[in-house]
Amino acid sequence: MLRQIEGSQAVAAAVAMCRPEVICAYPITPQTHIVEALGAKVKKGELNAEFLNVESEFAAMSVAIGASAAGARAYTATASQGLLYMSEAVYNAAGLGLPIVMTVANRAIGAPINIWNDHSDAMSQRDAGWIQLYAETSQEALDLHIQAFKIAEELANPVMVCMDGFLLTHASERADIPAQDQVDRFLPPYVPRQMLDPADPVSIGAMVGPEAFTEVRYLAQARMQQALEVIPSAAAGFSMAFGRSSGGLVRPYLTGDAEIIVVALGSVLGTVKDTVDELRAEGMRIGVLGITTFRPFPVLAVREALGTDSRLRRIVVLERALAPGTDGIVTADIRMALAASDGRPPRAPDALVSTVVAGLGGRAITRKSLRAMLADTVSGRLGPLTFLDLDTSLVSRELDRMRAARRSGPSAENMLRDLGITASRVS
Amino acid sequence: MPYQRIKFYQTGSFAAGNRLLSPELRSVQSLAQRSNTLTCGHRACQGCGEALGARYALDAVMRATKGKMIAVNATGCLEVFSTPFPETSWQVAWLHSLFGNAPAVASGVAAALRAKGRADIRVVGQGGDGGTVDIGMACLSGMFERGDDVLYICYDNQAYMNTGVQRSGATPPAARTATTPAVGEEPGNTFGQGKNVPLIAMAHEIPYVATATVADLRDLEYKAARAMDFRGARYLHILVPCPLGWGSAPADTIKVARLATESGLFPVFEAEDGEVVSATPIRHRVPVTDYLRTQARYAHLFRPAERTRIIARVQAAADRNIARFGLLESPDDSERVVPAPPARAHHAGGR
Repeated sequence: MLRQIEGSQAVAAAVAMCRPEVICAYPITPQTHIVEALGAKVKKGELNAEFLNVESEFAAMSVAIGASAAGARAYTATASQGLLYMSEAVYNAAGLGLPIVMTVANRAIGAPINIWNDHSDAMSQRDAGWIQLYAETSQEALDLHIQAFKIAEELANPVMVCMDGFLLTHASERADIPAQDQVDRFLPPYVPRQMLDPADPVSIGAMVGPEAFTEVRYLAQARMQQALEVIPSAAAGFSMAFGRSSGGLVRPYLTGDAEIIVVALGSVLGTVKDTVDELRAEGMRIGVLGITTFRPFPVLAVREALGTDSRLRRIVVLERALAPGTDGIVTADIRMALAASDGRPPRAPDALVSTVVAGLGGRAITRKSLRAMLADTVSGRLGPLTFLDLDTSLVSRELDRMRAARRSGPSAENMLRDLGITASRVS
Repeated sequence: MPYQRIKFYQTGSFAAGNRLLSPELRSVQSLAQRSNTLTCGHRACQGCGEALGARYALDAVMRATKGKMIAVNATGCLEVFSTPFPETSWQVAWLHSLFGNAPAVASGVAAALRAKGRADIRVVGQGGDGGTVDIGMACLSGMFERGDDVLYICYDNQAYMNTGVQRSGATPPAARTATTPAVGEEPGNTFGQGKNVPLIAMAHEIPYVATATVADLRDLEYKAARAMDFRGARYLHILVPCPLGWGSAPADTIKVARLATESGLFPVFEAEDGEVVSATPIRHRVPVTDYLRTQARYAHLFRPAERTRIIARVQAAADRNIARFGLLESPDDSERVVPAPPARAHHAGGR
């Protein structure tokens, strides 16, 4: 059924139709609307689940761990500082092979505290052993949750569905809400491999020493390899069942003859594709590679998409998170994909990779900025690492101050004073 | 369920829960049919109070729930010595997740059981004092205030023993630990710090809070079973001496626990809905020095010279407990200390 609906409400509707048995909630912007909507459904009796208001994100993931280990389908949602606060339990859920599904409403990490969208939170957990799927639209966020439960339970591995905070969670878009029986046909009930049962007691979470730890970790890697097959197959099954394409590993857009390919994740892909359409009309051969599955990183699919044409000269990676001291998290993975990780020679040996850090802490990534950046790329002026729309005069004033006086402490407040939006020093 | 034959060694009338009593008065531990939740072969130290306390408590809960129990364990000695891969000493459904989250994981298990209509299966969370009073405090308090149907058991050996005897929020004043060394003018742990989690639990007004020690097996079994009479969040705090961390003789674990109660330093009581309903009276009161002298962690209080000022402060704390909980009052209401007959242990669920 087509509806004009807020992204969070669409996701809540999808999660409810997946019949979770235990939902744990702790408020953090911009994820709150999802669990609020689910809580209301439980309270009204529309959804037969246990809804726990817990005291922290660490508890939220811990409750999900207990519920999942006891054989229940478990769901939670978080963002930003909350994801970091639960991080220890995030790793633990993956290590225990529990098919928990969690929404991450992507938001920046402080300090300085910032409630707006970027990918710093989910990227920080990229090695936690969770599958990470990034939604481009509200519709895809909705669809990915239905696929996420299927993927998680097939692999015995938790899945994080990442959707851009505010841009997707709070925007009202048209979405096709599936019917309950469609979801039921697609997603069978959760049947755990091993669970806590007094009738068949097992010890779960035992201590493993050097004699077997490597083997356990190897199996985590094997699950991720298997995920590279399960994820596309879930997407294909979804397309058959629901009549629309969502999910999968990567989304190439006009990459076939491209001289420049922009790589990005999440909702910014819409703006990037619009910009590329405009530039193509002006004769520039630019393509886009959307990465839907970031963990496991689909090396071969990325190589395939980037290496189809020898005319490819430049790959521009839009980083929605900053990894200080490196040129970018996604960039590093793209370089890995371009290298001969599968034993074959690189497919696009001449293509140079540039990183563009963009949209940090909610700064809008506009078509105008993207056009200017891509014009620089075409003319060869784009450097290896660029911060899109950086206010250079603001940072150079602070850099000058830092050079003048050797002092420690935060710089954000100094810069705010420059901007004239904070009280000046009281003398 | 895996079954391991239980061996008894008759060493006197106090052994194995006093099997010389008539069958209905015997403790769970004296029964050959007990579940033996934590079976032999684990790697706890000689004289480990925690291993003893855990087996007593969980066997009693298993009996009270007719074997329908799931245990959730915090990281710590109990988890490490019981499950060295690929072995396990647990003969119950058992889950270990992290150090600080056992109460929340237990809440999750209870929620799953509720969702599945299996509220007949009961959940026990357990951990040491570090995992409970310090790093697990937030999860514990959350579990309490939500009233999740979990019995949480803290095995209190008064320091982080698993990591090498560092101070916890349950370490008593003057005790030496690796991070409160016995040096300087105020050797050992500082006075006026630490927290009393049984009282904090009572402040949540949960249905049942109790303390116990491994010295009084019948009382411990009674309280573990009694806790299963209630639904909602319940808390059992068991004092379990640690020969390694306390510097006591492994053979003296029971004796040291008994001296802790008889000196008044560890009050044994139970509370319902936030109010104390019974306190176990001290039978033979002893000065705190009788207790302190059994442990090397207090050796600095006696050598090279007796530090009477510090010992007086410890004695004052014991005196305060005795007054506060009425531990020397005439034991009129001590009748309930009589071992619970089997019938009582069987009506698990519902108040």
